[in-house]
Amino acid sequence: MKLECKHVWEHISGYLDHQLDAEMLAAVQKHLESCEVCSAILDSTRNILVLTADDQTYELPVGYSERLHERLAAVLGGHGSS
Amino acid sequence: MRAVATTNEAALIARVLAGETQLFHELIRPYERLVYVTIFAILKNESEAEDGAQETMISAFRNLRSFRGEAKFSTWLVTIAMNEARRRLRKAKSAAEDSLEEIGPESDGDFTPAVLTDWREIPSQALERKELKEKLQEAVKTLPEKYREVFVLRDIEELNQEETASALGINVTLVKVRLHRARMMLQKLLAPYLKGQSGFVKRGQTWEMQGKPARGGFFRRWFQ
Repeated sequence: MKLECKHVWEHISGYLDHQLDAEMLAAVQKHLESCEVCSAILDSTRNILVLTADDQTYELPVGYSERLHERLAAVLGGHGSS
Repeated sequence: MRAVATTNEAALIARVLAGETQLFHELIRPYERLVYVTIFAILKNESEAEDGAQETMISAFRNLRSFRGEAKFSTWLVTIAMNEARRRLRKAKSAAEDSLEEIGPESDGDFTPAVLTDWREIPSQALERKELKEKLQEAVKTLPEKYREVFVLRDIEELNQEETASALGINVTLVKVRLHRARMMLQKLLAPYLKGQSGFVKRGQTWEMQGKPARGGFFRRWFQ
């Protein structure tokens, strides 16, 4: 199976999630070996996902946990405690 | 976050319901981040997200009896958090219409990624990390809502497809389609800023990280 670039783009997400079937995976890999453009697109997409999942990208505000439990305490208190 | 054994959790829930309400603090502690970040990534507003996270936890407490354990507790919390985020989004939007919202049907449409053959090079031109983080958050916020929701749960919270589908009340196929679309939109928006920022370099067929230790979980996920 020979793929054109725009067909490869349709499978980038599936590729990154390891969800392509064997035949499609082989075709995509073959294309990537010889196509700098698609390789760069794949790599940049993967890098975005790595950054996205990094805890430093989405950080908790200072004192968030304390304020949360303080507010909860007021609510839980009204329900009797053990 | 998912290290809490389900059995402990079920026992905690039962005890809270039986009257030991103070244990609710302990029950939700592993999910504080999950709930806040879910709402923040949708709204990109810290005070709204914090308030929303508090409301989510209070709502979870008040409705704990309706949690039957057919979904994971974390997924159940995310569902409440997502509804809270949507509610706040509606409220904000009634003031300012979001023209990006109706972007068309579910089909993949014509998508052209950002083409950058040299993105791996020139670290000197890299943005400061803080700026990149800001760009990423901003880009996520500009995604149409249905794509943003899937992206937040799959790629920020790292829920699996089934959990994401369950939290959003859609099927797995739709999760895949929307996730792909969201990722490609982000690639287009963000690739120009990624030069040299990633910290990842490709050596032959393997990936190596520059300057920063790899975190097991997501590292395995993306670099098998």
